[in-house]
Amino acid sequence: MNTVAAPAGFSLFRYSAPHLVYPLAGKLAPWFYALAALLGAAGLYIGFFMAPTDFQQGDSYRIIFIHVPSAWMAMFLYLVMAFWAGIGLAFNTRLSSLMASAIAPTGAIMAFLALWSGALWGRPTWGAYWVWDARLTSTLILLFLYLGFLALQAAIDDPRRADKASAVLALVGVVNVPIIYFSVQWWNTLHQGASIRPGGTTMATIMLVGVLVMVFAFWSYAIAMSLSRLRALILEREKRSQWVADLASGRAR
Amino acid sequence: MQWGSVENFLNMGGYAPFVWGAYAMVAAAIVAEIVLVRARQRSALQAARSHAERDSIRKGA
Repeated sequence: MNTVAAPAGFSLFRYSAPHLVYPLAGKLAPWFYALAALLGAAGLYIGFFMAPTDFQQGDSYRIIFIHVPSAWMAMFLYLVMAFWAGIGLAFNTRLSSLMASAIAPTGAIMAFLALWSGALWGRPTWGAYWVWDARLTSTLILLFLYLGFLALQAAIDDPRRADKASAVLALVGVVNVPIIYFSVQWWNTLHQGASIRPGGTTMATIMLVGVLVMVFAFWSYAIAMSLSRLRALILEREKRSQWVADLASGRAR
Repeated sequence: MQWGSVENFLNMGGYAPFVWGAYAMVAAAIVAEIVLVRARQRSALQAARSHAERDSIRKGA
């Protein structure tokens, strides 16, 4: 018995098996990297060569093309991470918890980039790199939650207990995401209100197009990164199983 | 092109340190993340390989 047979017929639960997700993630990741590169190139071209200089902010506004994507991804990835952590906690599925762990570092980086790009945008436009307003503070908390998730996982030796503990942290932290989103409505903030709403937008169309293309670029990148990291995590976690031994010593696919 | 010259483009209307400071950090973060994940994958495979070898020695294969 060298390899585990795949279940007969098609079932969604097929993809709760690490030995089946590992090759699937390996096949999908390159496509998402390619998509990220293409969309990124297109978005940057739109942002720098098609979008005009802003009447009020000059060319400093061009930070928007990385600030909004990283901020949206930081929030979105947190929700996805918490979802998988919750599934792993509720159904005791190892792979779900691994998916949450795979997303966490990418999400943390996105939160950091949102804060960094925001600070550099804030200095010339507001006169300050940082203020303790509701949106900036809650985004900083988001970064701390990501780091806390990673630190908690690293601190607990038993992997399954680590998964469960960090899942609780991730789930409790979900409340922060709507706080970030609605902060500019609920409180008096220095950070501007929503310019992009389901009902419409106040920004020039070409700028909006550039922002949206970059959002999808960052999204593809995050997917590619998470899938790649998931593969490494699967190998680390499952190295005692036969399929990993076969894979690593080159005996079988 | 709307910039007129490479110099104007790099100058970003006087906001060069802010705009390029932000974009440079994004580029650095992307490169660092890709490098680190690839390194993690390599060492995970290596660890799995060592584990498999030790296992087969222990089992007398």
